[in-house]
Amino acid sequence: MVKKLIKAAVAAGVAATLSLSSAFANPYEKYAGQTIVVSWPALSHFAKAETLIEEFTEETGIEVEIDALQYLKLRDRQLLEMSKPKGEYDIVSWVVMWKGEYVSKGLLTPLSQFFTNGALVDPQYDIDDIADAYLQNGGVVGGKKGYMPGKSGALYGVPFGAETSIMAYRKDIFEEQGIEPPGTYDELRAAMKKLGDAGVPAMTSRGKTGHQVTAGWLLHLAPLGGKVFDDEWNPVFNNAAGVEAAQVMREITQTGPKGVPSFGFGEAAAAFLGGDAAMYIDTLKIAAMARDPKLSKVDGKVGYALHPVGSRCGSETGGFAMGIPANSQNKEAAFLFIQYMTSKAGDKRMVELGGDPIRMSTYDHFKDKFDEYPVILEQLPCADADWRPLIPEWNELNIDVLGQALTEVITTDKPIQPIMDAAAEKARAIMEREGYYSWAKYRAK
Amino acid sequence: MNSGSPPTKPAVRDDIGVDRDYRLITPYLFIAPAVLVMFGGLAFPVFQSVYLSFYDWKIGTPLSTAENVGFANYLRLISDPDVLESLWVTLKFGFWTISLEMILGISLALMLEKPIRGASLFRTIFILPLMVSPVVVGLIWRYLFDARVGWINYYLGVWFGMEPQVWLGDAELAFFAIVLTDIWQWTPFIFIIVIAGLQALPSEVIEASRVDGANWWQQIFLVKLPMISSILLIALLMRLIDVFRALEVMYIMTGGGPGRATELMSLHIYNRAFDAQLLGYASAISVLLITIVFLFSLAILMLGNPMKDKADV
Repeated sequence: MVKKLIKAAVAAGVAATLSLSSAFANPYEKYAGQTIVVSWPALSHFAKAETLIEEFTEETGIEVEIDALQYLKLRDRQLLEMSKPKGEYDIVSWVVMWKGEYVSKGLLTPLSQFFTNGALVDPQYDIDDIADAYLQNGGVVGGKKGYMPGKSGALYGVPFGAETSIMAYRKDIFEEQGIEPPGTYDELRAAMKKLGDAGVPAMTSRGKTGHQVTAGWLLHLAPLGGKVFDDEWNPVFNNAAGVEAAQVMREITQTGPKGVPSFGFGEAAAAFLGGDAAMYIDTLKIAAMARDPKLSKVDGKVGYALHPVGSRCGSETGGFAMGIPANSQNKEAAFLFIQYMTSKAGDKRMVELGGDPIRMSTYDHFKDKFDEYPVILEQLPCADADWRPLIPEWNELNIDVLGQALTEVITTDKPIQPIMDAAAEKARAIMEREGYYSWAKYRAK
Repeated sequence: MNSGSPPTKPAVRDDIGVDRDYRLITPYLFIAPAVLVMFGGLAFPVFQSVYLSFYDWKIGTPLSTAENVGFANYLRLISDPDVLESLWVTLKFGFWTISLEMILGISLALMLEKPIRGASLFRTIFILPLMVSPVVVGLIWRYLFDARVGWINYYLGVWFGMEPQVWLGDAELAFFAIVLTDIWQWTPFIFIIVIAGLQALPSEVIEASRVDGANWWQQIFLVKLPMISSILLIALLMRLIDVFRALEVMYIMTGGGPGRATELMSLHIYNRAFDAQLLGYASAISVLLITIVFLFSLAILMLGNPMKDKADV
């Protein structure tokens, strides 16, 4: 009897040890069977990620449901879901310009809660390998101005589908017209004029009223030395650099493909991919799209160059980052998903599937395979995290103020300076309303 | 019912013990559920909108933390050139669409009123646009008007040698485009209502006018249209309300642009509420919208209320 009891105790002990060791052996096991819901954009990179998600589910047992929407429609849905006591979404993928608003409303979970959990964090994850401009721009909130790198910053998201801007050009057209890829804005404007005079649509751009035309203009504002606000939140986009960037937008509209004032990102890219424009300066996503035979008629004819410089080098930093809503019911499983998708292996797999990487090691690994990767590696160090102010009020400024003024710039021949001055006054009124000048007034007393 | 001897009361079976007073309130009990539904579904959201218009609230923050700003939203509204511009665009849009739709709809109905060969086929074809969801209508026309790959530019080029136009990127052309799209979708609505009215006209009256020597024009303008005037008025009223509610097609086709050239009031409210997160201000503009629609409807009904003869029923 005693022997039986000892045997049973030993067996139980062995079983317990085995189960304990198996728990440590598989960090995903605890979460197998859970279902996480992901809200992200209906864009090419994210569509390609679906294969990686299937592999994630197979490996971890965590089920994933995707709610994909047109990217500018995400914000309304995400805000509504995240403001409920219990939300449907476990992961939200935001356009970087919304991060300040989400955090200021207390809707996101700081990722430090997970990065301090040894059972969750893969020691090989190596967050420092993620391109700094992407991580700071997409994931960090706080710091200088609230959206810039800095000591008061905290991590709320990890970039996925992040980007900077490069120039894509048609090698065949440039050769025909005897044009070298422009390295400066003076050369760019001369090339646009030459192509326009020759009857070749020069450069495509976003130009639709609202966010799109502002995004198009901002691409040129930073390299021309401009900013939206100074350090005291005074609007300065109506200075010489801002007006010059607006003039560039007007010239793009005049010399580019027909319809720039109605182009969103999709239409602008389609004009280049369909062979109706000789140049494109915008997100690097164009390269993967140009290789996709379903989207592109120009595969093999496209060359890549650095975003031209004006008074400084300053490409955009944008795209998307993924984070976890404060009202998610499956936060740890959500973190494991983010970690898997943005791990070194996941990042390389994304490139194999036709997506865009976020890690420097991945760019380096594939630099001989893709023409644009050496350009991106050179571009990223001067990507400007402050090329637009990612403050909670940005959406209103972006769409209602600049988005209206710049439409007037590109659809009329009116002098640009008064249009930008009027927009600066409107921007000042919004900042005043939101209390940005209260400290300056308090000190003035 | 409205003159002569007093109405005779229906026979009442008192033997079943039903209280007469109770019988008086019975009709109200029957309509109470409908009234409650109306209140819950229509009046409550309007009251909520009015309530919200006195607050500054952003989605994603608790409503309880919203700041009460009194009449600030209304004061801002009356001097906001963007609101006035969207109101002007809405009125202009309403004028062109409704007047052209009425003319076209009535003309088509008069043409297809008589039993001609293939009339039922034409009628079916004419009402097809009405069956298409507004979002789909917006997408169809957005691609038709596309400057680069749209059929409209293509055929204008092939047939008339016209240069491609940036239909949705030019203020005047974009306005024309949304007016044309609205006419395409909503003319069938007028058509179907008018043709139903025409077919319900008593043939004796038409016969009598013909015997009296009325020609085709006189029959239309002096007999048929006056006889269906109440129907025309209802159609006009419904279209007017629709114009102020219109959102989806412009949202898909132009997003209100270029500039605010196609930003109707409902779209302006949407943009203010969700892009700018000014929920309180957007509510104040929607209260203005409701007031305008109410006043227009009242004016039309005062001009010729089709129900006024039945007011004592």
